[in-house]
Amino acid sequence: MELHEMTAWELAGYLHTGEVSAEQTVQACYDRIDAVEDNVRAFLTLTPEIAFDRAKQIDELRASGEQLPVTAGIPIAQKDLLCTDGVPTTCGSKILENFVPPYNATVIQRCRDAGMIMIGKTNMDEFAMGSSTENSAFQITGNPWDLDCVPGGSSGGSAAAVAAGEATTALGSDTGGSIRQPASLCGLVGVKPTYGRVSRYGLIAYASSLDQIGPLCKDVRDAALLMNVISGRDPMDATSADIPVPDFTGTLHTDIKGRKGGIAHELLYGEGIDPAVRETIEQAVEQLSSLGVEFEDVAMPHAEYSLPCYYIIAPAECSSNLARYDGVRYGHRTDEPTTDIYDLFAKSRAEAFGPEVRLRIIKGTYVLSAGYYDAYYLKALKVRTLIKSDFDRAFENYDFLICPTSPTVAFKIGEKADDPLAMKLADICTIPVNLAGIPAISVPCGFVDGLPVGMQLMGAPFSEDLLLQVAYAYEQSTDWHTRRPSL
Amino acid sequence: MPEVTLDEVRHVATLARMALSDEELERVRRELNRIMDYFAELQQLDTEGIGDTSHAIPMTDVYRQDEIGDSLPPAKIVQNAPDSIENFFRVPTFMEEE
Repeated sequence: MELHEMTAWELAGYLHTGEVSAEQTVQACYDRIDAVEDNVRAFLTLTPEIAFDRAKQIDELRASGEQLPVTAGIPIAQKDLLCTDGVPTTCGSKILENFVPPYNATVIQRCRDAGMIMIGKTNMDEFAMGSSTENSAFQITGNPWDLDCVPGGSSGGSAAAVAAGEATTALGSDTGGSIRQPASLCGLVGVKPTYGRVSRYGLIAYASSLDQIGPLCKDVRDAALLMNVISGRDPMDATSADIPVPDFTGTLHTDIKGRKGGIAHELLYGEGIDPAVRETIEQAVEQLSSLGVEFEDVAMPHAEYSLPCYYIIAPAECSSNLARYDGVRYGHRTDEPTTDIYDLFAKSRAEAFGPEVRLRIIKGTYVLSAGYYDAYYLKALKVRTLIKSDFDRAFENYDFLICPTSPTVAFKIGEKADDPLAMKLADICTIPVNLAGIPAISVPCGFVDGLPVGMQLMGAPFSEDLLLQVAYAYEQSTDWHTRRPSL
Repeated sequence: MPEVTLDEVRHVATLARMALSDEELERVRRELNRIMDYFAELQQLDTEGIGDTSHAIPMTDVYRQDEIGDSLPPAKIVQNAPDSIENFFRVPTFMEEE
């Protein structure tokens, strides 16, 4: 097997014994990028100089007998909304086209401290608003399984980079499905951790009560490895949870026999779920049953209200978060003549935000404005309570819930770009998870028309270890995770 | 639900500090009306007596010692400014006439 095809875990073994150097792992990524990136277009910035410098340091440390973390020398791609000290961070937007952060996000620093080597920054929907990465201000990314299809979004660049072998692992962020849906569409494992499990310090904010950072990986063990690196309390993020972090790789082999699984009825049998995707999930349920999981149907009566609820709450939070882009301290400033400071703000913002971002800011401002706050925003917060209570009730009786990650496989580039409601349906199974703050994981479980399907496992708050165990047991009994796209 | 008017969109765009062309104001008006129908679904739900969830995971205030720590160097921060002078952000002069 070639280096660019290997998982992080496999590479770690070769790095540890010295059969492969960190420099070789990095070289393998850039060779692969030279070969396929013109077609995939996953990266906005490549950082070869920094990467090779770091690789040399790690190789020297290892040669000197230093005990290094298991992840030392593993290449990683970082979504371009994670602040990287001295490396441009655009958030997929013209407004931050020339922004160079003066500090590292906590997850970036943790990856670095764990010896992981950043290959570059990946493409995304502008400000993480989208499900196809087509809203990027800079480029369209192709799905490595079919370059005419989208990779999903908003972490589409991270997903495409890993699926194409351009990076061994990646981080993304997930506000309504932005890690899990691209993972599903690109045949990867993607984890949306519990709200608060991972620090958001240095993550460019979209909707702060929903955003979480998580890994996109080739298999479950790699995802567990990355979760070990990025999880835990951070004094720089007051919403990061002060709760002990289990050893996610060490507990992976725990037997799942006798676990109780709930089939999230409305999210599998509801409107909009492609019948072929549904069938694939039913087969995964059978496979898990054969491993000793006991399944029952669970009603999620409020799930159908998740989309309207989310499309009030997320724009409301976005309109507040994105108020900081004013053309004064950083980001784009208009060259047009301006009459007063408000005119400077308004022209700078309108020029540099893309159409979807402008629209969401206006929607958010509208639902928060006097006279509408109670009818829309407050109503949505109450509905959020009902959606969350569906999950709370379910987890009294079940260890985890299952449904598809995405209602369809990857769709064609341009197919849904002009149909906002069809695009929003792409997140119908993932959005309830962010509203409830719970963890979920997408795991490859088959193919429809040659394109990957992912199943979503959802758990009670801070049960990532259990979700990874179920996912790992399933993965060990199937071979979907070993398939690679031919590029 | 009453239609969102162009004047309302103009007002909200002002609140959001967003200079929109007449064409875009009209596009936004159409989109807002479309999404309002969608939001109306929520009104069907009885939420009498239901509390609101602004954060899904229960949290309490976090305290820390009020100690002086390191700050980012001002020069490094100002590097990102569209216009600056020494360690200050510079904006155009706007003087109101008497």
